[in-house]
Amino acid sequence: MRSAKTLVFCLCLVPALVLVWDSVTGGLSVNPIEDITHRTGDWALRFLLLTLAVTPFRWLSGWNEVIRYRRMLGLFTFWYASLHFSTYIVFDHFFDIRSIADDVIERKYVTAGFLGFVLMLPLAVTSTQGWIRRLGKRWSILHRLIYVAAVAGVVHFLWLVKLETSEPLVYAAVLSGLFLVRVVRRKLTRAAGHRVPSGETPATF
Amino acid sequence: MLIKQAPDILSSQITPENLYWNRRSFIRAASGAALGIAGTATFGGTAGDLLAAPQSDLTDLRQSQFSTADAPNSYDEITSYNNFYEFGLQKEDPKRYADELSIEPWSVRVEGHMNKPAANYTLEDILAPHPLEERIYRLRCVEAWSMVVPWVGFPLGDLLKRFEPTSRAKFVKFETLVRPEEFRGQRARNLQYPYVEGLRMDEAMNPLAILAVGLYGKTLLNQNGAPIRLVVPWKYGFKSIKSIVKIEFVEEEPRNTWNIAIPNEYGFYANVNPEVDHPRWSQASERRIGEFFRQQTQMFNGYGYQVASMYDGMDLAERY
Repeated sequence: MRSAKTLVFCLCLVPALVLVWDSVTGGLSVNPIEDITHRTGDWALRFLLLTLAVTPFRWLSGWNEVIRYRRMLGLFTFWYASLHFSTYIVFDHFFDIRSIADDVIERKYVTAGFLGFVLMLPLAVTSTQGWIRRLGKRWSILHRLIYVAAVAGVVHFLWLVKLETSEPLVYAAVLSGLFLVRVVRRKLTRAAGHRVPSGETPATF
Repeated sequence: MLIKQAPDILSSQITPENLYWNRRSFIRAASGAALGIAGTATFGGTAGDLLAAPQSDLTDLRQSQFSTADAPNSYDEITSYNNFYEFGLQKEDPKRYADELSIEPWSVRVEGHMNKPAANYTLEDILAPHPLEERIYRLRCVEAWSMVVPWVGFPLGDLLKRFEPTSRAKFVKFETLVRPEEFRGQRARNLQYPYVEGLRMDEAMNPLAILAVGLYGKTLLNQNGAPIRLVVPWKYGFKSIKSIVKIEFVEEEPRNTWNIAIPNEYGFYANVNPEVDHPRWSQASERRIGEFFRQQTQMFNGYGYQVASMYDGMDLAERY
């Protein structure tokens, strides 16, 4: 189990390592800041969807162990989103608070991305065992914020590109699928008169 | 039209210590090599000498008072980071797929309100009488990045005058080649094609507006709009239409492709203006490719000394 977790951890680092490798070997475009921004943003979204896929995958496969990877994937989502966010703050705007504030207020794709990132902050902070215990039932409620963050992330991408929407629409489709699975399951369990077994956290981060 | 001196140019600055400025020795070496390689030609003099060899050197270029003293971007930067949706949406696509387009033979249809007959003119006919100059211009993309490009070309107005536009010619409309077999972006219908752009007559006649056939002393590569493209340095890059096959003198303001695609974001004028933001990008600053810090964007991309008077009394926020 431990070695499997280490393996997944290392796999999650691969996109970042590729980025570092490309940065030092000249593999980025002639606009490297844009390149880094796009790649870290892409991976943040991919990890977000991967995180949200864990629970449906567990239902469909019956492989309960997979839940052990959910927190790690969620934290990697946050980590890539942080890289994306800091690239924007440091490299793109070099801490120019005024131009950043203008961006967040006036450009709705930035507003959406900023919102998504801010919503993930409390989730990352409360991801420890201690916080799960302390918050009890409220923890699951709090962590439903991930759904809002996911929508914000996909909308952020959609509004950014506007015209060439095929790529963000793939993310939107996957996210919709992941939502749909949850809705269907809820309906089915209700219809069957079952309740979600206690001890099983609802579909969250 | 009063032709003014670019305010930022000092004769001592015309020759920065860039690799580019060793081009004469580079060209000498290249033409030396050409002696041993049949089919590679070196051209000089007027544009009429320019034949469609895969990539030819353009020598004996006139220098221009309109050139900026800013250091040019590298040839690699200029030829590998392009917006040319006919080849695809990504900046790397035009370079990646440039070879799929064949530009031989090339002709340009010229028609509309003019005294000369409407016809398809061969590229040689189009270029023949025009001496080529080097114009080192800033290029400001609407996406808030910029470059400095040493174009080779000649004033658009000089070409237009040859066709004797009539008084009904209020605008000039340009079209890019439509050839979906070779343009994958056109197969994917990522925009409405043909790509259309236009200029008001006085803008087209402004001495800063040029038709470019080369850069860095070589004929254009396909990703940069070969064999002939417009360069309008005081407007956002999308106005500078590439691979032109049609020029038409029209009475009504033509609708340009990006205006058709997203009207609230892209207007007809598209003058570089740090005061008027694009909905998705602040236009107050820009990142010069190759530099870390953003720099302030200048009104009319710094070419106001030559173009601002054309827009006296016009609401530039309204007519973006």
